[in-house]
Amino acid sequence: MRNRMTFLSAVAIIALSAGAASAEKLTIGLASEPTAIDPHFHNLGPNNAMARHIFGRLILQNERQQLEPGLAVSWQPIDELTWEFKLREGVTFHDGSPFTADDVICTWERAPNVPNSPSSFSIYTKGKTAVKIDDFTVHFKTEAPYPLMANDVSTVPIVSDEVGCAATTEAFNAGTAAIGSGPYKFVSYKPGESIVLARNDDYWGEKPIWSEVEFRPIKSAPTRVAALLAGDVDLISGVPTTDITTLQGRDDVTLSQGVSNRVIYLHMDQFREASPFVSAKDGSAIKNPLMDVRVRKAISMAINRDAIVERVMEGVAIPAGQLLPEGFFGVSKNLSPVAYDPAGAKALLAEAGYADGFKMTIHGPNDRYINDAKIAEAIGQMLTRIGIDMSVETMPRSVYFSRASRGAEGGLPEFSFVLVGWGAGSGEASSPLKSLIATHDPDRGFGASNRGRHSDPAIDAKIEEALRTVDDEIRQILLAEATEMAMENVAIIPTHFQVNTWGSRKGISYVPRTDEYTLAIGVVKD
Amino acid sequence: MTVFIIRRLMQAVFVVFLMSVIVFFGVNVIGNPIDMLVSPDADQQDIAEAIARLGLDRPIHEQYWRFLMGALEGDLGRSFIFGEPALKLILAHMPATLELAFASLVMALVIGIPLGLYAGLYPDGIASRTIMAGSILGFSLPTFWVGLMFIMVFAVMLGWLPSTGRGDTAVILGIETSLATRDGWSHILMPALNLALTNIALAIRLTRAGVREAMGQDYVKFARAKGLSTRRIVFVHVLKNIMIPIVTVIGLEFGALIAFSVITETIFAWPGMGKLLIDSIIQLDRPVVVAYLMVVVLLFVLINLIVDIVYSILDPRVRLQDQRS
Amino acid sequence: MSDLSSEGQPEEARAAVETPFRRFASEFFESKVATAALVLLSLIIALSLLAPWITPQNPYDLAQVDVLDGRLPPGSQAFAGYTMWLGSDGAGRDLFSAILYGLRISLAVGVTSGFIALLIGMGVGLIAAYAGGRVETVIMRVVDLQLSFPATLVALMLVAILGKGIDKIILALVVAQWAYYARTVRASALVERRKEYVEAAACLGLSHGRIVFRHILPNCLAPLIVVGTVQVASAIALEATLSFLGVGLPQTEPSLGVLIANGFEYMMSGRYWISVFPGLALLLTVVTINLVGDHLRDVLNPRLKR
Repeated sequence: MRNRMTFLSAVAIIALSAGAASAEKLTIGLASEPTAIDPHFHNLGPNNAMARHIFGRLILQNERQQLEPGLAVSWQPIDELTWEFKLREGVTFHDGSPFTADDVICTWERAPNVPNSPSSFSIYTKGKTAVKIDDFTVHFKTEAPYPLMANDVSTVPIVSDEVGCAATTEAFNAGTAAIGSGPYKFVSYKPGESIVLARNDDYWGEKPIWSEVEFRPIKSAPTRVAALLAGDVDLISGVPTTDITTLQGRDDVTLSQGVSNRVIYLHMDQFREASPFVSAKDGSAIKNPLMDVRVRKAISMAINRDAIVERVMEGVAIPAGQLLPEGFFGVSKNLSPVAYDPAGAKALLAEAGYADGFKMTIHGPNDRYINDAKIAEAIGQMLTRIGIDMSVETMPRSVYFSRASRGAEGGLPEFSFVLVGWGAGSGEASSPLKSLIATHDPDRGFGASNRGRHSDPAIDAKIEEALRTVDDEIRQILLAEATEMAMENVAIIPTHFQVNTWGSRKGISYVPRTDEYTLAIGVVKD
Repeated sequence: MTVFIIRRLMQAVFVVFLMSVIVFFGVNVIGNPIDMLVSPDADQQDIAEAIARLGLDRPIHEQYWRFLMGALEGDLGRSFIFGEPALKLILAHMPATLELAFASLVMALVIGIPLGLYAGLYPDGIASRTIMAGSILGFSLPTFWVGLMFIMVFAVMLGWLPSTGRGDTAVILGIETSLATRDGWSHILMPALNLALTNIALAIRLTRAGVREAMGQDYVKFARAKGLSTRRIVFVHVLKNIMIPIVTVIGLEFGALIAFSVITETIFAWPGMGKLLIDSIIQLDRPVVVAYLMVVVLLFVLINLIVDIVYSILDPRVRLQDQRS
Repeated sequence: MSDLSSEGQPEEARAAVETPFRRFASEFFESKVATAALVLLSLIIALSLLAPWITPQNPYDLAQVDVLDGRLPPGSQAFAGYTMWLGSDGAGRDLFSAILYGLRISLAVGVTSGFIALLIGMGVGLIAAYAGGRVETVIMRVVDLQLSFPATLVALMLVAILGKGIDKIILALVVAQWAYYARTVRASALVERRKEYVEAAACLGLSHGRIVFRHILPNCLAPLIVVGTVQVASAIALEATLSFLGVGLPQTEPSLGVLIANGFEYMMSGRYWISVFPGLALLLTVVTINLVGDHLRDVLNPRLKR
C-alpha cells in the first residue's frame, strides 16, 4: 500500500514516452467541473487546472508545486521593490500570433477585472504593477518587499493581446477567444457534458502524448469508478477511499497516489468566555474550557490519528503534526504528529480542572473533504472516551462554511469546535499561517479563515517578518519557527494530510500532483 | 368565454408573481454563496469586493426588485458560478432533459400497458401476480439505488451499455437530439428505464384496474353475448376505452418526470436541467435555482391554464361554475 | 359509475348482519400475500419498537461506537465482544442495531408526517367539498398548484431552506403531501355530498358538523386509508431520497435512508452489506406497506366486489 504511493520525495518521470506524435485519444472523468473556459473568470482549482492546458503562464508549478520556467525563462529581484522577468522568445499563440511583453501587460490588466467574477485573480495581482521594458522583459513593481512574487505570478494564465484581453467570458466559453499558448488547443465546451481539447503541435515545450483529450465531469464517486471499470473513460480523478482496496486487486486498473497540500484540522473557539456549543455535563453554562491550552492539548492527545488514517481513510492519508506535509517550503523538521495518549489526555483535563469533562459539539461539513462526516464522527467517539460528552453535527458545505466563518452575531464564527481543511495554494507555509493562525485583522487581511480566533502577538510578528523576507533560506526558517510556536500553543489541531488518488486503465498512469489538479499532460504511458 | 380566459390568465399571472416572491426570498435565506465562490486564499477585503461585484451587499427587497424588473424583460439573472445568463444555461440543458423524459414516457407506456393488460385479463395467474409484485417493487425501490444497480450490472459486469453521460447527437426533424444516433440510444437506455420505473408500475396498475373494471361492465357483457371473440373485445373495445385516461395520466406525469430526473441525472451524469439544479443548489448558485424554479412554475401554470381552457370548451359546466363563484 | 347496486345503501343496514370490521377482516385475510405482508409488517414494527432491548449496541451513543470496528463483514466480532451478524458500517456501528434504530426513525418520520398531512388534507378537503363556491375554488387552486410540483422537488426546496433535522424533514414531508389527501377527500366527499342520503340528512335538519363527520367522512375513509398507506410508504422512500441527495437527516442518527446513502459509497468496493442490508430493510418495509395498502384498496373498493 505505502510503497505504491508516490510521495513528494519520489522523482516523477514525465519524459519517458514523449516525442512520439501519434493520434491517440484520452478520456478523463473529472470529479469537479470547471465553471468556465475564461481563465480569469473564477479562481478555482478545476478552472485553473483546465486553463493550464490551453493557456501558458510565466512560471509553471510542477507536480510538487515547485516553480519552473514557463513563458518566462528567468526571474529575479533587481532591487527591494522590483522583480525582473525575462520572457521566452519564439513562442506563438494558437492563432499564430507571437507572444510578447504586451500580452503580459494586458493580461495583468484583465485578470483582476473580469465582470461578475465570483472569485477574482485580484488576490494575486493586487499591489503589483507590470511594466514593459522591452518586448521580452517585464518588471513587476511593489510598494513593499514581496518575497512571494514568483508564486503569485505563477497563478495567472496569459491570454493574448489581440483576442483575449478584450474578450468577454462568453467569448472564451464559445471558443472564439480561447486562444492561448499552452500544450492543448480548445476544441469544444458543453457545460456539464464535455470539454474537448486537441494537441498543440507547435507547443514550445515537451510535446503532449495525447492528440485529443476529452474531459467529462462525473460528480458521483461510485458512478465515476463505474465509468472507469466499464472502460468509458481512461482516467478518473478523486477515486474514493472506499474503493481503493478493491481497485488495487484488479489487473485492469492502475492507481496513482500522492499527498496533497491539504491539511485537515480542528479550530477551537478561543475568543468567547462562554462558547455556544460548550456546556457542563448537566447543560449549565461554564467558562469556555478551550481557552486553556491544557484542554486543547488534551483534545489533541485524545485523537487517535492512526485510527483515523487506517479506519476512516482506509490508509489513504498521512497523520499530521503541522500545517503542510514534509517536503514543502517552510515546514518544520522538529514537529511530528501528537502521539495518541488517552490516559495522558484525561490527566491533563483533570489538571485543568475538568476531571469530570464537559459537553461539546463538533461541527463539520459532509460534502467537502474526503470522508469529512466520518472523521467528525470518529473524533466525537474519541473525545467521548476521555470524558467529553460529544455531539456531532455535519451539514452541507453550502450552509456550513458561512455559519462556521460568520454565523453568529456581529459576523463572528458560530461554532465552538469545527472540522475544516486548508489547501496551500501557494505551496508554502505562509499561506496557512497567514490565514489560519495569525490574529484576525480584516484591515490587513490577516487571519481571514481564523475561525477559532487564536491570537498570539509573538507568532504574528514572526509571520510578518517572514512575509517581508525575500531571502528564501531565512524565510524558510522563520516560517518553520512560526509553525512550531503555533503547534506549541495548540492554536489549531491538525489531524491528517489528504492523499489524492487517480485511477486509470492498465497501461497508463498519472503523475500525482500536490495541488490536486488533473492534467492531461500528467497522464503517461507505462 | 373571453371573460373566463381573462380571469384564468389573471390568476396565472398572480400565481407566477406569488411564486417568484416565495422562491426568491426562500432561496435567498439559505447559507451564503460567497463562501462557496471565493478562493480560500482571499482575505476579508477580497471577500467584500466579491460580495459587492455580485450585488449581494444590497438589501434583499432591492435584489428582488432588480430581479423582477429583469424578469419582465426576460432576464432571470446571471449565474454566480458560470457568469452566463441563468436562462441561457437552463435552455442549454433543456433538450437533454426533455429527451430523457420523453424516452422514459414512451418506455413506460410501451412496457406498462401490455403487462397491465395481461395482469388485468388473467388476474389470478402466476405471471400476473409476478407482474403485480414487480409493479409494487417499481413504486418501492429507491430510484438512486436501482440506478446504481443498473450501472453495476449492465455497464460494469456485462459491459453492454456505456455507464454514464449522453451520446453523440444528430439533427432530426430540425431538433438536435441524441435519439437520432445509435450511440445516443445506447446511452439513454439505462437512465430512461431508471426514470421510467415508477411510471411503468403506474401504467401497469392503471391498465390492470381499467381492464378489470371494464370487463365487468355492460358493454363488454353485451359484446360477449353478441359472440365477439375475447381478442376483439379486449383490443378493440376495452383498450379503446381505457387508453385515453391512461395516456392522459401518464402524460401528465411528464412534468413530474422533468423534476424527478434530478436524481437520475445525478447518477448517470446526464447533462440535463435536473443535474444543473442539484449542482446549483449545492453550490448556492441562487440565480440559476431561482430561474429554474420560475421556468418550472411557468411551465406548470401554462399546462394548467391550457387544460382549464380546453376543459371549459369541452364542458361548459366548468365555465358556469367558475362564474358563479 | 354505471353500477349503483351496492352504492348509496346506508352502511348501517348491512352492519346489522355482521360488523363491518369483521366482514372487512375476513375479506382481507382471504389474500395470502396480503396476510403475509401484514404479518411481516407487524414484525418489522415490533422489532423496531423493541430495538433498545434487543440490539447489542445503541448506535447513537458515541461511547458505544468505535471507529476501530468500522467496515467489518457480517459475522465479525466487535471490540466490545458481541457478534455483528450483519457487519458494521464505516463509523463502526453494528448494522443490525443501526437498521433497527434506523427503522424507528424512518417509520416515525413516515407515519408522523403522513398522519399530520392526513389531518390537514382531510380538513381542507372536507371544507372545500362541503363549502363549495369561492372557498372551494381558492382551496382547489392552491391544491392544484401544489400538486403540479412534484413532491420530491417541494421537499427538496423546503429542506434546503429549513435545514436538517427530524422535525424539519417531517414538516417538509407534510407540506409535500397534504395536497394529495385534500384532493382525495374532496373528490370522494363531492360524490357523497350529491347522494340521496346526504340530501335526506340535510332535509332532516341535521347540523353541518354532524353531516360532515357522521355521514360524509366515514364514506371517504376507504380511499383515504389507501392513499394514506401509499403516502406513508412514499414518505419513507422520499426521506431516503433526500438523505441520498445530502439534505436529509443527520449522519449521526441515521435513518434507513441515511444508512443506504452512506453505504452507497461502498457499492463498488465489494462491501455490499453496508448498503444492501439497510436497503433490504427499507425495501421490505415499503413493499409490505404497499402490499397491505394495495389489498386494502381491493377490499374497500365496492366496485371490484363480485
